Amino acid sequence: MAHFTKATSVHDWLNQRLGIDTVRRVMATEYWIPKNINFLWAMGMVLAITFALLLVSGIFLLMYYQPNVNTAFDSVNYTIMREVDFGWLWRHVHGVAASVVFLVIYIHMFTGIYYGSYKKGRELIWISGMLLFVTFSAEAFSGYMLPWGQMSYWAGMVITNLFSLGGLHADGLVEWIRGDYVPAQAFLNRFFMLHVLLLPLAIMGVIGLHFGALRIPHVNNQDGEELDFEAEAAKYKAGDKKHSKVIAFANDFMSKDMFVVGIFLIFFFYLVFFHYDFAMDPVNFDPADGLKTPEHIYPEWYFLWSYEILRPFSTNVGLMAFGFAQVIFFLLPFLDRSPNAVPASRRGLFFIWFWAMLIDMIVLTSMGKVPPIEPYGSIGFYAALTFIGLWIALPIITMLEKKA
Amino acid sequence: MKELFILAVVTVFTLVTYYLVEPFAHSVMHKHVESEHFAYADLPALTKTGDAARGKDLVMGAGACSDCHSISVAGMPARMDAVTSAQSYGVNPPDLSNVGVVYDAKFLAALIKNPAHALKVEHKYTPESGKEHPMAFFAGAGGDIDQEIADMVAYLQSIAVKQDKLTPKMAFETACGRCHAMKYENWTQIGEKPAFKMKKDELAFDIQVIDYQDALTKYMGKLPPDLSMYIRSRGEHYISTFVENPQHLLEGTAMPRVGVTAASADKVIEHLADAGDTKRFEREEVGKKVMIFIVIFALFSYLWKRSIWKDLH
Amino acid sequence: MKNGRRGFMGKAFGAVAGVGAVASLYAMKKSWDPLPSVRSAGFTTLDMSAYKENELVVEKWRGKPIFVLKKTAEMIAKQNEADKARDVLVNGEHYMVCIGLCTHLGCIPGYDPKGESFLCACHGGMYDFTGMVTKAPPPRGLDIPPFKIDGNKLVLGEEGPEYKKMKETGITL
Repeated sequence: MAHFTKATSVHDWLNQRLGIDTVRRVMATEYWIPKNINFLWAMGMVLAITFALLLVSGIFLLMYYQPNVNTAFDSVNYTIMREVDFGWLWRHVHGVAASVVFLVIYIHMFTGIYYGSYKKGRELIWISGMLLFVTFSAEAFSGYMLPWGQMSYWAGMVITNLFSLGGLHADGLVEWIRGDYVPAQAFLNRFFMLHVLLLPLAIMGVIGLHFGALRIPHVNNQDGEELDFEAEAAKYKAGDKKHSKVIAFANDFMSKDMFVVGIFLIFFFYLVFFHYDFAMDPVNFDPADGLKTPEHIYPEWYFLWSYEILRPFSTNVGLMAFGFAQVIFFLLPFLDRSPNAVPASRRGLFFIWFWAMLIDMIVLTSMGKVPPIEPYGSIGFYAALTFIGLWIALPIITMLEKKA
Repeated sequence: MKELFILAVVTVFTLVTYYLVEPFAHSVMHKHVESEHFAYADLPALTKTGDAARGKDLVMGAGACSDCHSISVAGMPARMDAVTSAQSYGVNPPDLSNVGVVYDAKFLAALIKNPAHALKVEHKYTPESGKEHPMAFFAGAGGDIDQEIADMVAYLQSIAVKQDKLTPKMAFETACGRCHAMKYENWTQIGEKPAFKMKKDELAFDIQVIDYQDALTKYMGKLPPDLSMYIRSRGEHYISTFVENPQHLLEGTAMPRVGVTAASADKVIEHLADAGDTKRFEREEVGKKVMIFIVIFALFSYLWKRSIWKDLH
Repeated sequence: MKNGRRGFMGKAFGAVAGVGAVASLYAMKKSWDPLPSVRSAGFTTLDMSAYKENELVVEKWRGKPIFVLKKTAEMIAKQNEADKARDVLVNGEHYMVCIGLCTHLGCIPGYDPKGESFLCACHGGMYDFTGMVTKAPPPRGLDIPPFKIDGNKLVLGEEGPEYKKMKETGITL
């Protein structure tokens, strides 16, 4: 049993019971981050802030939203948008943040790929990050159902149809997922549950894992240099901050993070107030109508690349390609056979691979939205083949890579 | 500086993606229609100057307008209630009190002469279809038909409210409100839904609305949509060009060309915004304040970062 | 000196962030407020000319039953001073206007036009036609809702001078 003395202050009282000084030291003032980083290293904090914005705005939407097929549309577009004071603000923040969070996730992912931050003990950071990508995707999709507009309904119809697994005709599975033959009350209610409870819980759990996975291998740096964190930390603590290669999480890293967050929020709030249509599709302001398909059905922009991998092929091949696209990023640490954990610019062929992959995904994204007329159908088809080809080539080109 | 270069790369890729997914994709998906500024260039210009007094005689007499249309400002009541009218004609004929200000004069003249042509619904009333537009065309009262029509138009303009007195709601009700409901403004095709004390009275009203909608559905082929959220689902440009000439954007649609003036179209759109985007002014106001705050926030975060990092470099 | 400056910028930034947090708290508070439709439904206007003598009509105001009883000439004659103080006078007519919830435990008493009295089925409390208790357990007469007389209309939810007087003199809570 620990020995307690009469507290000299509130701080001391808490410290004896919770060890707040230790927590602060371990989590902040002596949590060491490399100094050789750029603003891309702040994307984690940007994501945390965006997630917080989603959480807070979501709480206020939840107070007035009604998960009922007859009232859902009006509870959003009439009650929240017209009646609730600042209801429009929560909805715009929520809708725009849901879109922007994926932009930041993609930047975060490609930063990791470029700097090789998934190797040498950092595999779990990558895998937990990909798990977050998947849970965020599910969260975004389930949330998109809730306003019960035309896009909600038809996206729900099309995406759940994927689970018939093409030639397998697993219609029973589709009906099980929907709880009905078509997206209806049971469907809306269960996606509401997933969106406000199960998936957010999962996300918070995986965020914990993601942070935990970072602790032992430490944050990577701009040159992939292997640092002796203990020696560098000793230098820092001795007062030689200038020559130490590490900085403290707080306030050093934090102050840079907050500056990046500040710039990000200028961009974010500009979108929320003045340029929101890209994130709040106009078509979804038509109430759901199961007897009328919208002229164009397309997913939100962040799903377009994988949607385009599905689309140009015949049903079964398309589904396999789609399945491939969903899991392949998880395997990146193992498909990259090179021992070099350095920036792509120093890795020869991999450097080309990186930019080819990025551009290919942008092409896929763009072709995923336009109707599959020529030449867009062909461009999408070849871009999908390129995507698969690049992944097949990855182990080969990385094996050929010389040790840096 | 390296960091700015990285930022430029990230920005360029983001903007390219944005361009491809939004402006580019939408240009592929949706035909762009330029506004014709409600000129109705296909309709002949008015050549005669109308006389309102003679026009009044024609409207009430030989023109037989008041057989079907009410003119409440002139004390002419409707012969039938809205539901019965819709059951007879397909849609309740409009009250003529304000048509002189809401509709373009050229359009009104063309409408009186040949309704299906002015409304651009001739595809529904081909000789093969055996159907005729419910509004009878005006064959003339014995004199110069163009002069007579000009007189009638002049009369309708003389009884209408002045342009500056025309509210967005009035413009909407006259131009759109007999076919389109607007739930969020409590508007049905037979008028504003009153507050009922008794459930029974409310249900009776609802049944009237349904009867009207049934007649309208038969007439139009499908029930014209509720317009509550159209300002967000279609946007100003689409609505404006669609109202101007529905056939341009949706070939073969049963929706007639409405024939409103440019000023009235603006009023109609304002009313749609009043229903589906009520907080637009607040959004801009709050938006400006938040932007100012966030810039200050970013500035202070930079100063803090600089003060901390000067020890680190 | 250096330390002071570093601390100062950190605090200044914290203060700016704090302003933002407080401003967003304002929006959050406003989002919890009752909706405009709820507020406007908080006022009920009754047309008092429509009521018949000694016939109880139950209206609804803010989700509660409101008893409106137009008094007959005999009833008015029977009233003592305390009873009269509870009268709502509209256009020279006398009305009982009360929240129709028993002041004991909130059941809705029923009216017997013959006996000109209310009986609460839950615990047997009784009130006369003025809303005064005639039999325990209710601790006090039926409460009178805030009202304002407007011609021959009565607006429930607004506090007119007649209501304020009743409240001051303790006739109703």
